[in-house]
Amino acid sequence: MIFQEPDIGAMIFHHTGDSKVVELPFGLGEWHLPGPWYIGNLDVSPTKHVVFMILAAFLVFVTLWYGGRQVAKRHREGRGPRGLGAAVEALVLFVRNDIAVANIGHGGEKFSPYILTLFFFILYCNLLGLLPWGAAATGNLAVTAALALTAFVTIEVSGFLALGPKGYLKTIVMVPPGMTGFGAVIMAAIMTPVELVGKIVKPFALTLRLFANMTAGHFVILVLLGLIFVFGAAPPVIRYGVAVGAVALTLFMMMLELLVAFLQAYIFALLTSVFFGLMRHEH
Amino acid sequence: MHNLLMLLQASPEAALNNNALLGAGIGMGLAIIGAGLGIGRIGGQAVEAIARQPEASADIRGAMILTAALVEGATLAALVFALLFKLVK
Repeated sequence: MIFQEPDIGAMIFHHTGDSKVVELPFGLGEWHLPGPWYIGNLDVSPTKHVVFMILAAFLVFVTLWYGGRQVAKRHREGRGPRGLGAAVEALVLFVRNDIAVANIGHGGEKFSPYILTLFFFILYCNLLGLLPWGAAATGNLAVTAALALTAFVTIEVSGFLALGPKGYLKTIVMVPPGMTGFGAVIMAAIMTPVELVGKIVKPFALTLRLFANMTAGHFVILVLLGLIFVFGAAPPVIRYGVAVGAVALTLFMMMLELLVAFLQAYIFALLTSVFFGLMRHEH
Repeated sequence: MHNLLMLLQASPEAALNNNALLGAGIGMGLAIIGAGLGIGRIGGQAVEAIARQPEASADIRGAMILTAALVEGATLAALVFALLFKLVK
């Protein structure tokens, strides 16, 4: 009888969830994070995902700083960038021209640093989740919610600054052009809740998309590996067959996750840019 | 029912809640049917459009990814809510 020992479901949640312990690579053991730290009743003690977020931010800084300096230096010398500098330049140009400026419209250059920050930070967080001993900070609902919340505030504030108080109010209290009097009041009463929901749904969708994509990828990989343990008591032929099949499929899923890591960073940056564009060109 | 629970990898405590797990499984399946139809149609039409007008392929690809992401977002929201049935005991 094939039976579930150990409990694969609990194992999966243990691996994808946040914890106060960072598993260190190469047999260095575990790092128990300091804490608990409280501000009032709020638990602000560091967790595994905080550590990996700081690591991602550090790696973004190092690679982009080095790449940017190299590109600037080689351009000054009249030569094209090479190596890491060329890769950084290609990605930055792609994000700035094809994501930020193409979707925000005129004035998009002003927001491209923010879009670039989002893109590279999410990309590094996603990629760190694929390393052995690593954890994807973007597989945490709090992290993605915070990212989406900053995007929401930036979008609304930039819309307010671009449209002015009257124009911004029009994005909430919608009256179809050409309607006056009683009809306008009725339409405003119907459309205002719809517009408000539309505003709130955007960051909510950004949050859930990134979180669910990263978590789902890790779930699939862990479920495939868990199959080996589920079939642990089966006859040897089945047992080894399942192990080989599961590892082969895991390799395929890892490749897919590599694509998804880039795709989700791209989509988060793209949708944020699209929302910027929608907001700033409401009139 | 025991075999089904084994496939769902339910822990013995959660077995008390097996109807919720069944509901989560069915809900996930329904969400994926919708997403499969939606994204399949987006992809198929995009390939058709690129075949007709290869010079517009960059624009079509961008629009395809954007639309697929929007469909995917709604689907993943459904999947996350279905996952809650597994988490809430």
